Amino acid sequence: MILVVTLLVGVMLISAIAASIFKDLMNAVIASCLVSLIAAILFYFLQAPDVAMAEAAIGAALVTAVFVIALRRTNRYEE
Amino acid sequence: MRRVISVILLLIVALGITLCLLHIPFGVPKTKVGEHYLQKGKQETGATNIVTSVVVNYRGFDTLGEVTVLFVSAIGLSAVLASRRKKTAKEVEPASLVLFSGCRFLFPLILFLGAYIIVHGHLTPGGGFQGGAVIASAFLLIYLGCRGRGVSETKTKVTESLGGLVFVIVGLTGLAVGGHYFLSNFLPKGTLFSLFSAGIIPIIYIAIGFKVGSELAGIIGKLIEESE
Repeated sequence: MILVVTLLVGVMLISAIAASIFKDLMNAVIASCLVSLIAAILFYFLQAPDVAMAEAAIGAALVTAVFVIALRRTNRYEE
Repeated sequence: MRRVISVILLLIVALGITLCLLHIPFGVPKTKVGEHYLQKGKQETGATNIVTSVVVNYRGFDTLGEVTVLFVSAIGLSAVLASRRKKTAKEVEPASLVLFSGCRFLFPLILFLGAYIIVHGHLTPGGGFQGGAVIASAFLLIYLGCRGRGVSETKTKVTESLGGLVFVIVGLTGLAVGGHYFLSNFLPKGTLFSLFSAGIIPIIYIAIGFKVGSELAGIIGKLIEESE
């Protein structure tokens, strides 16, 4: 259990750092989506399934969609 | 030079947060009200999901404020985007067959899951906000997979207004009939663990579910329409 959580937190940290480093903003959006998804799993492990549902639906799905829509209007690559 | 300064600033902020967090005892109840909710919540509200009983019953007025914030932000978005509206019925290229078929297959299932989460909000984890977000993500799938289809803006506006209206009317009825406060639980509580229990909680959560779902679906639809 503790191993799984440690692994998840590690992946979450890596993708959070990656989201701020990537020059291709589409990759950055997907990395931040991964952060939200792992946050949802961690909320579930912390016995907060209500928050986990909201995080998975809003953080991982809808916010990512809004970012992708915004990227379609602007530049995909950071200068 | 700027990088060094920003790193130093970040370290100072991190040190401050760490020092603050060190003094907060985690897992220790600081107030008595949480214990009261945990012990008496089931009898007082009839809802087996304590989170729901707090969100809708004990702190229902705060939830009304939350819903209002969402409503205002949706209105603001449509006000910002409405200025540049020129309805050119452009020919949109259809999505690929896999995406189209997948969306058509998954849409009713996701909608069903959202409805389940909303209706069982007082029994199991979940509720109006979560189910509404799930329903909105189902509509996002429709916007992506079946290009050019979707809900009209008027319909989402009417649905969200009706949801808010039901919330306020139930609250005012509670004020008039039941107790002496807004959103008091005036309906019979029923038996625990049954679908028709907990008085006004399911009604309000269904209203919130419709409201949140239509608002988020409307926001996504408007943004997608704008980006084409």
